[in-house]
Amino acid sequence: MHGILRGLVVAFGLFVSAAAAQTPVAVEVTYLRQVVPPPPTLSNLDPRPEDRGPAGAALGLSDNATTGRFLGQDWSLELVDVAPGADWAAAVADRLATDAFVLLDAPAEQILAAADAAQAAGSAALLINVSAEATDLRAGSCRANLLHTVPSLAMRADALAQMFVKKRWEEIALIAGQNTSDQAYAAALRASLAKFGLGLEAETDWTFDADMRRSAAAEVPLLTQPLGDYDVLLVADEVHDFGRYILYNTWAPRPVAGSEGLTAEGWAPVVEQWGAAQLQSRFQEASGRQMLPRDYAAWAAMRSLGEAVTRTGSADPATLRDYMLGPDFELAGFLGRPLTFRPWNGQLRQPIPIVHPRALVAQAPLEGFLHQVNELDTLGLDRGEAGCTAFE
Amino acid sequence: MKLAAPLAACLIATPALADEIWVSNEKDNTLSVIDIETLEVVRTIPTGERPRGITFAQDYSVLYICASDSDAVQVMDPETGEILHDLPSGEDPEQFVLHPDNRRLYIANEDDAITTVVDTETRRVIAQIDVGIEPEGMAVSPDGRIVITTSETTNMAHWIDTESQTLMANTLVDSRPRHAEFIKDGTELWVSAEIGGTISVFDVATQAEIAKIDFEIPSINPDRVQPVGFEFTEGDSHAFVALGPSNHVAVVNAETYEVEEYILVGRRVWHMAFNADRSKLFTTNGVSGDVTMVDVASRKAEKTIKVGRFPWGAAFRPTD
Repeated sequence: MHGILRGLVVAFGLFVSAAAAQTPVAVEVTYLRQVVPPPPTLSNLDPRPEDRGPAGAALGLSDNATTGRFLGQDWSLELVDVAPGADWAAAVADRLATDAFVLLDAPAEQILAAADAAQAAGSAALLINVSAEATDLRAGSCRANLLHTVPSLAMRADALAQMFVKKRWEEIALIAGQNTSDQAYAAALRASLAKFGLGLEAETDWTFDADMRRSAAAEVPLLTQPLGDYDVLLVADEVHDFGRYILYNTWAPRPVAGSEGLTAEGWAPVVEQWGAAQLQSRFQEASGRQMLPRDYAAWAAMRSLGEAVTRTGSADPATLRDYMLGPDFELAGFLGRPLTFRPWNGQLRQPIPIVHPRALVAQAPLEGFLHQVNELDTLGLDRGEAGCTAFE
Repeated sequence: MKLAAPLAACLIATPALADEIWVSNEKDNTLSVIDIETLEVVRTIPTGERPRGITFAQDYSVLYICASDSDAVQVMDPETGEILHDLPSGEDPEQFVLHPDNRRLYIANEDDAITTVVDTETRRVIAQIDVGIEPEGMAVSPDGRIVITTSETTNMAHWIDTESQTLMANTLVDSRPRHAEFIKDGTELWVSAEIGGTISVFDVATQAEIAKIDFEIPSINPDRVQPVGFEFTEGDSHAFVALGPSNHVAVVNAETYEVEEYILVGRRVWHMAFNADRSKLFTTNGVSGDVTMVDVASRKAEKTIKVGRFPWGAAFRPTD
């Protein structure tokens, strides 16, 4: 079919027979992914697993299928990749015609286009965003048929800001890259610093085009010297281009956080508490690599559907959506607290691990950040500030 | 006037060896043995990797240890602390329960979604039963006819018929079920759900849920109140329930299913064991690395005993 790389379509459907006495339900899920060529980076040290995201969904599928075989549920999952430059809209329309549940792994604007296309076509499909962190998708651009298991940039930035408050690192400096995603994260960080009353003392852009593998020790001190005195240096480098060369090369001996050093993401391979070691080892065994944040978001999306199907006995998207947004839904997500959805914008509430590459440092919400309803709502957009009307 | 001190006054009774509480230290690969009289650790015994569930044979002649990361159930002589042999356990054994026949061990294999049945005499695997993801809690009915495995990610209690070694029923519970116990002569089954924050009570004859117990501690976020291990007082009148990271133990009336009291203990309270007459309760507190002794009558925490890193399971051993 036009625009869809059928060669890359991997049917890792796992059909299980209905053994239990319950009414059998069949749940077919599509993982629809826009393949995005990776931006150029100075270093090519990091592997880029092609199954980043789909591997998490596959594990969620297998978890659901195991439960499902006791309850007469048939689960299947199909991965559909849309090649760069191919027709995303056509792929969306194709999947909406057949499947009621679609996990979306694409840039924010394409996710929005998919949600609008579904609405325009009168489709009842339930869409779950597993990749786009743009906070606006949970605010002014929210859509009623679109839930989010990936945390927003605001949630990640708020987690770091809470850590800084706790550590009394109150004077902050920032280096931001030129990439759109760098700029978006820098904006989220600025907003979080303001939200938690921290001072952004100095800021600079990364504009170097030299090869930092050779000259970081010479260039980075000069770049960071004018930042003056600060407690922590934030680096917004979401494509992981230059950030790795900042650490230990700064003029002032200060910790680095943001996209490098101390990071806050939805998941990390170093999370081991709260039974997480089990999830990590199951993922490792199934995929032969460590579980990354997008894998976790995709796993959480599948498992959320699994919980909702199990508790409602239904595979009707509207029934599942209502249940997932309701007070009875909870997902055991190996983060120490039940995960639930914010009924005002469809965002999965979740603790945010704050980590360095070798260990968990803290987990937001940090102790002492209180909330009148749920402490997890100290991260990201709370009910009163989301400005999302689609869920009312 | 000077009294000659008669030698008879120096009557020294040989002190009877006190009973013991055995604790598995998940992140130290050791057991700590607590003397119930002195409330001190009198022995620290090396085990396989990541010891979690521990249970004694009925005559206390051997101790079974789930050495999870060694993929083995170890059999230890409690007198010498020597590992006598390993049992074939399946991968990643986390918890187990010894059948009333004192011979069959039902083992939850956490990484494999399997319950393994091992004959402790022939040291052979008798059966492996497919259950849900991350099996953990294990219980056996007093008549030995039913074994329960709870699966943490599937959120079910799986009812195993021990005659045919097959599943006879699967019942949904709340999120992340951790522990199960039969009480009242095997007529009731209790299952705790850590993330759900509840205990479900089932009528064993019909496998129907007859009650659900909620926990609420003032000033502690409900998300942190996570029931895990629990044990019953004499006559099954009350349950003591470990509430994980809320650092409290709840006292639940097993007739009314109401919580009567919350007792502050150590951090991340996990499992527990009673002394011989069930007048004292010993809880393992994983994060603080200690054991709290609670007086059952007064419902007060009386003493904290430092053990190894991440104490997990606890078992009572009489010494007379």
